Amino acid sequence: MSAITRDEVAHLARLSRLALADDELDHFAAQLDQIVGAVARVAEVAADDIPPSSHALPLTNVFRPDEVRPCLTPEEALSGAPAVEDDRFRVPRILGEEA
Amino acid sequence: MSLIHKTAAELGRLVAAREVSAVEVAQAHLDRVAEVDKQINAFLHVDVEGTLAQARRVDERLAAGEALGPLAGVPIAHKDVFATRDMPTTAGSKILENWRPPYDATVTRRLREAGLVILGKTNLDEFAMGSSTENSAYGPTHNPWDLTRIPGGSSGGSSAAVSAYEAPLSTGTDTGGSIRQPAAVTGIVGMKPTYGGSSRYGLIAFASSLDTPGPFARNVLDAALLHEAFSGHDPLDSTSIDQAVPPVVDAARQADVAGMRIGVVKEFGGEGYQPGVLARFHEAVELLESLGAKVVEVSCAAFEYALPAYYLIAPSECSSNLARFDAMRYGLRVGDDGTRSAEEVMALTRAAGFGPEVKRRIMLGTYALSSGYYDAYYGQAQKVRTLIMRDFEAAFHQVDVLVSPTTPTTAFPIGERADDPMAMYLADLCTIPSNLAGNAAISVPCGLADEDGLPVGLQIMAPVLGDDRCYRVGAAVEKAFESRWGGPLLAKAPAI
Repeated sequence: MSAITRDEVAHLARLSRLALADDELDHFAAQLDQIVGAVARVAEVAADDIPPSSHALPLTNVFRPDEVRPCLTPEEALSGAPAVEDDRFRVPRILGEEA
Repeated sequence: MSLIHKTAAELGRLVAAREVSAVEVAQAHLDRVAEVDKQINAFLHVDVEGTLAQARRVDERLAAGEALGPLAGVPIAHKDVFATRDMPTTAGSKILENWRPPYDATVTRRLREAGLVILGKTNLDEFAMGSSTENSAYGPTHNPWDLTRIPGGSSGGSSAAVSAYEAPLSTGTDTGGSIRQPAAVTGIVGMKPTYGGSSRYGLIAFASSLDTPGPFARNVLDAALLHEAFSGHDPLDSTSIDQAVPPVVDAARQADVAGMRIGVVKEFGGEGYQPGVLARFHEAVELLESLGAKVVEVSCAAFEYALPAYYLIAPSECSSNLARFDAMRYGLRVGDDGTRSAEEVMALTRAAGFGPEVKRRIMLGTYALSSGYYDAYYGQAQKVRTLIMRDFEAAFHQVDVLVSPTTPTTAFPIGERADDPMAMYLADLCTIPSNLAGNAAISVPCGLADEDGLPVGLQIMAPVLGDDRCYRVGAAVEKAFESRWGGPLLAKAPAI
């Protein structure tokens, strides 16, 4: 049985903001299905009484002192921007025509 | 002996004693890069003028009587995943082509402060995802031992640069083996420090709970000197460990294993391992015993599940981290013709700017984190992570270090696994557990496989913050093997 279908890959690509071509969807569907089939083995060992670990080090709430310190200038912050207008990042429209 | 064949420690000594200038050392390495890098493709960017300017500054500071560190004036190749404000930083991706960061990574800053001379930036698998450097958007790097083979990955440009004598030192990052595996297959030393022992600030993130900067060198002492130069607490990285760097340089000089307890990981061997790799590994274990170490077999049952757990945890973190490449604030933007929405431009840009492996991992991570699948995949993988940490803890009650082959096989031919992700992932079988548990691990050369005459690596794993043990055992192995071989393993490599 296949765990990941072509339609599912299309859905994942949408969630991932990747505009994939049709042939890419086919190719990735076969590969992702194989990978998911292999990694599903994690279910074999980990029982309910095992706590999950998100991290190797037991660190929580690391803060720096709340002090003002130097930061990037507007020129530096905008230096890699694809488009700039009036010292701001210029971006494509984010709302529909009706909004 | 020419300057490019000297150790980093020796170059640092010669420059400090002003027997040779930093500019001469830099020029010798720039000449070597110009001579061989067309064949190797280790570098994505070489900064000729900047290199000479950095070297001149070191010479001036020494002439003024300033005392600099042991590596001042030593050239280094820097993995192109660390931010450098004076050089492009691409992460091997088209999405960051020609990007110049407005700040330096902490590792970059510390290299500069130590007087190391940065020659340029090295090739890598895109966003450090891969085991062969074939996933770079800028073409593969070639293994100096055999140009038709991979130099390992993701830090393959860094391993190739050092093994081809283009630089005595280089930086790497290790998320699942990306320093140790390339070191093993190119016959050099590569160290993954304890997670949190070296700063991630300014390192382009792949999987934040695993990513660890570390050194490459042609010998254990040089690796320790570089480790010490850029490690230590960094307030700019919230997962940085606020403790002293373990005494790695002293340990590399100690080079003695008498009385140490060494565990052989039972689960790493047998089917899927190249016979020549296992033969060299068993020889290294016998050598350790002959040097006075007590060797026992140790079982770490959960290690069998490390690879599947890693390929859920790392892609999950990657899918979240790489969301920042949104075509809005920096990097590539495609399809912004005035009619398309930000979301459409974002999806077109990411499809054009990311290569196939990065797309696969983003979608795999998105899948593993989706509601309905989260518990079965990401949740279970996190439990496996706990089991692996427990296995290490139990093992380190019995022994001081664990050993295994670094990789199941020697360097494979370029193209062989390029479109077979599962086959590619197997290259990291033995290295992944130490990423999931965060402990220190090193790879040192242990000979050539009989079948193909290619280098084999011995992996030495130590507890969290036991980095010095990796260097102590690694240096002892290196010393004993070099007296047997009549010199370093790399001396057996064909000339380029």
